[in-house]
Amino acid sequence: MDPDTDIGGAQQRFPVTNQSAIAAARSDDHAVRQRAFATILTSYWKPAYKYIRLKWQANNEDAKDLTQGFFANAFEKNHFANYDARKASFQTFLRTCLDGFIANERKAGTRLKRGGDVNHFQLDFLSAEDEIAMHAANVDLSPEDYFHREWVRWMFTIAVDALRRRCEDSGRTVHFQLFEAYDLRDDDANVSYASLAQTFGLDQATVTNYLAAMRRGFRRIVLEKLREITATDEEFRTEARSLLGVDVK
Amino acid sequence: MKWLSDSKVSHLRALAVEPDFSATKYSFVKELARGGMGTVYLADDTELDRQVAIKVLSTPEMTEDLRRRMIREAQIIARLEHPGIVPVHDVGVLPDGRVFYAMKFVRGVRLDEYAASNSSIKDRLRKFQSVCDAVAFAHAHSVIHRDLKPQNIMIGSFGEVLVLDWGVAKILRDSNAVVASEADTLMLPPDGKPDGKPDGKPNGKKTSDTAHGTVIGTRQYMSPEQARGEIDQLDERADVYSLGAVLYFLLTDQAPGESRPRSVNSKVTKPAEAICLKAMARDRNQRYTSATELSADVGRLLDAEPVTAYRENPYEKASRWVSKNRFLVLLVLAYLLMRIFFIFTSRG
Repeated sequence: MDPDTDIGGAQQRFPVTNQSAIAAARSDDHAVRQRAFATILTSYWKPAYKYIRLKWQANNEDAKDLTQGFFANAFEKNHFANYDARKASFQTFLRTCLDGFIANERKAGTRLKRGGDVNHFQLDFLSAEDEIAMHAANVDLSPEDYFHREWVRWMFTIAVDALRRRCEDSGRTVHFQLFEAYDLRDDDANVSYASLAQTFGLDQATVTNYLAAMRRGFRRIVLEKLREITATDEEFRTEARSLLGVDVK
Repeated sequence: MKWLSDSKVSHLRALAVEPDFSATKYSFVKELARGGMGTVYLADDTELDRQVAIKVLSTPEMTEDLRRRMIREAQIIARLEHPGIVPVHDVGVLPDGRVFYAMKFVRGVRLDEYAASNSSIKDRLRKFQSVCDAVAFAHAHSVIHRDLKPQNIMIGSFGEVLVLDWGVAKILRDSNAVVASEADTLMLPPDGKPDGKPDGKPNGKKTSDTAHGTVIGTRQYMSPEQARGEIDQLDERADVYSLGAVLYFLLTDQAPGESRPRSVNSKVTKPAEAICLKAMARDRNQRYTSATELSADVGRLLDAEPVTAYRENPYEKASRWVSKNRFLVLLVLAYLLMRIFFIFTSRG
């Protein structure tokens, strides 16, 4: 294997980490819990926000407050530590908690005050709004399926972004540019390895190798992220099946 | 962060699952099928300029047991050189640690699809004999398949029959003692729960009990002893049962159930039904002792000879004789009619 095309070391196996944020959420160490919470927040805030907008018909301002409020409340009361992997996937648990939180908010007739006593996280709600405008939910899609669909999209988005950052950090920007040009391009133009080789001034074999390395890196990151937000091996396999469509026995 | 469209998400999902053949001489073409243990892909062999079918384990997490199992599967198939058994060209490990093996790419249809294309019963029975021959060859090499079903049998474009997916095959020694293997304890769930036990455990035996093992195969085509997870009891007759179940499907167009073949399809003859039921006897001592014996009985059925599985009454014997010697009977009838005609005309 060409080390120059290798992302993440020579040991090309995935997944590579067993660090589970779900397990870390139960830690007695506040700093560990905080890191775990940050991972969970990063992985779920956007699908949660979109779900609130769709299922609870909240306007964008209310949805922002509810999203912030939900995660702040969950962190403060350490709700995620109560998760039991034997009962449901973490994704289902989180969604159920979210429904419960909003139902309580609505029942109490209270409204979380913007800028009030709620912890504020730096979340790019504007991009979430743009995405909702660009890609409305299909009428046939249940809110639960919509949540899952948007979670898959978000997981892949995070993985692509992490891949880009790793490439930049390791001076492999050309690798990522190739990946972007071939695997992430929006138009349906028929781009070939040969045309990419010409554009980037590389030979075709190098293009093939760079792309293979990027795909390997992408796979690796997706599974790393998945491992972070699942509590058990069984849940990891279940979520891998739901995320990637692989039938894991 | 760049927003990903639905098509891009699908593409990335495929990329994440797609095997990385970059370190091999193969290049990915498309996915062909997904099975219990692995996914089969179509790939180009760039050195020999031909297409091959490559089986790769589906799971992104590869355990040592599964890896050994895949290699063992390839070794078993490679050992069986027979026109009815798909040949293995190559075995290897992908950069991500998954085992793959390259097989001949069979262009054709699965037996169930073939049967659906209105093939005649006689034609189906001939194909069935070819399946029996391939299985008998494997048995002669002390290998039992353990997952015979129409979906694991291919009919090639020239009518050739190929038995696929030897993923749960078992090697028997000459003494029929079982070769110890981790694969025997691996779970490969059948279509339903084994032997109807609500907890899914084989007949109250612990699933960790390697002497009995875990249920492997496909429920509807699986022998009772296999469904009970009695791995140490399995021999060629387990495959004979599955062959009987395949015959049931070919006779009725349905997977085996509680009903007898003739109650599903009234066109099935009594001898054909008897062969099927003998092969599928719950007591393995009542079954054909080998695939060859089963094939021979099917051959007799095709030749309108008496089959060993069915005792005919005199009327049935006569009917079969007439059916077999239709031309001769017609000649005799014609002769008799002419004689009668001459008798009457000479009197007149």
